[in-house]
Amino acid sequence: MIRSNVWQSGTPWLLSMPALALFLGLLAVPMALTAILSFNAFDGMRGIQPGFSLTNYIAILSDSYYYELFLRTGAMAFGVTVICIVIGVPETLILARMRPAWQGTFLVVILGPLLISVVVRTLGWQILLSRDGAVNSVLLRLHLVDRPVQLLFSMTGVVIVLTHVLLPFMIIAIWSALQRFDSQVAHAARSLGAGPLMTFGRITLPQLMPGILSGAIIVFTLSASAFATPAIIGGRRVKVVTTAIYDEFLNSMNWPLGAALAALLLLGIVFVVVGSNQLIERKFRQVFA
Amino acid sequence: MSTRGIGQNGPAALTFHALVTVFIMAPLIVVILVSFSGKGYISMPFGGVSLRWYREILKAPELLSAFLLSIRLGLASATLASAITIPAALAVARYRFAGRGGLMAFLTSPMMIPHVVLGIAFLRFFSIMAWTGSFAALVLVHALIVMPFSLRLTLAAVIGLQRDAEHAARSLGASRFIAFRRILLPLILPGVAGGWVLAFIQSFDDVTMTLFVATPGTTTLPVALYNRITQMSDPVTTSVSTIMIIGTILFMFSLDRMVGLDKVLIGKN
Repeated sequence: MIRSNVWQSGTPWLLSMPALALFLGLLAVPMALTAILSFNAFDGMRGIQPGFSLTNYIAILSDSYYYELFLRTGAMAFGVTVICIVIGVPETLILARMRPAWQGTFLVVILGPLLISVVVRTLGWQILLSRDGAVNSVLLRLHLVDRPVQLLFSMTGVVIVLTHVLLPFMIIAIWSALQRFDSQVAHAARSLGAGPLMTFGRITLPQLMPGILSGAIIVFTLSASAFATPAIIGGRRVKVVTTAIYDEFLNSMNWPLGAALAALLLLGIVFVVVGSNQLIERKFRQVFA
Repeated sequence: MSTRGIGQNGPAALTFHALVTVFIMAPLIVVILVSFSGKGYISMPFGGVSLRWYREILKAPELLSAFLLSIRLGLASATLASAITIPAALAVARYRFAGRGGLMAFLTSPMMIPHVVLGIAFLRFFSIMAWTGSFAALVLVHALIVMPFSLRLTLAAVIGLQRDAEHAARSLGASRFIAFRRILLPLILPGVAGGWVLAFIQSFDDVTMTLFVATPGTTTLPVALYNRITQMSDPVTTSVSTIMIIGTILFMFSLDRMVGLDKVLIGKN
């Protein structure tokens, strides 16, 4: 009997052994090696110096260039998140009200691009945002601007394209919250004389809040870790943490400094995710207690 | 009061929806349109439709070999990921054991870690192990980053399963393996196949992580495309992109047939 119990408790580990082996060997070990690398010193002539030193972290934390880099990345991610909420909430509600046939079609139209390569989508925006591109000609024709606006290699351009790339994630998160939503309550509010705005503010929005917040966390972290879009649309003029890491690794060849930047990026993201999760839990415990 | 009932979209809502749809579709449509232009620079095909930039792909051997490499890489890594996902999904779905939550978190963690961070970790690891430029090593790390996607759909299939047929087979004397091979596997096959397709797409699309470990001999199609886009303005990027868009749409149809596209995109049914 004891033997069969041991067998029972060992079975799930035995079944996950192949996956675990791959993940330990090719995820845990490389990540640990990169963490160690970030504590190695770097010498322009002799390359990576073994041994423990805080040189890279001190270099980053004592240089205003890196503060600006992290602030710029955070501001970009925050901006994209806010715009995704502002577009995502009404769009999800509109999708939810559609008749099933239309709803199915438009869910695929709006969420389907998630499966298309980011490079392809960003290329489309590179063409649209260029000086003589479609966006500028629409702005000129509507007389919103007098001369073409510089959208490529600008933060505005990067935020527009990241919003396009990440909006589906926000809509998916709000959609999931909407599935638990009781539309009868909204109907009751309306029939009791509440206006549409009041119903939205007092009934609909609070119920969607968990979805909006989890969508916000996803969009924020994916914006902060996005690489291809800031690299193509922002170029050298709009540098963010990920493109700076790329430059340290593949241009300056200062791998330890790049590894330290990567460690700080990962820490920052973990901090934001864990922090906002706790904040959300505390807030909603108060609301629903 | 307006004549429409509560819970229907009014003209303002439909206008907003139309604008969002245009915003989502515009970059894809513009890529497709530009790919049919015959001019030597990025332009709309208003002067007449041409297949010049599709013929140009055939003259770029590095794009063709990158395409073939991406296909081989996607096939190998999605297959490897599915093979190790099936037993892991059974473990997570059917057993309650200490460390189960931790195991799930570990196996889905590649989705949480920025791909730039994964890229440099693999670059460092490959250079230490002298694996730089190895196709097999690329397959392993691709299998790792696409496994969470395959796990999600396979897990959904295993959890949604009635165990009656399997119990019947076992009580009639079938071995564990026969019960798995003849009963369980066919029942979860749609989920496994859907997970395989999703894993293939994710492998085929990955650019950020692969950019760090790609060498001239192991350049995937998105990496080749990325290099071209950042180096010069070249309309051949639009014809390659159009083929990738069409390919993705075909895969979306097959995913829809296998598990339902809503399940893949939204994650619930």
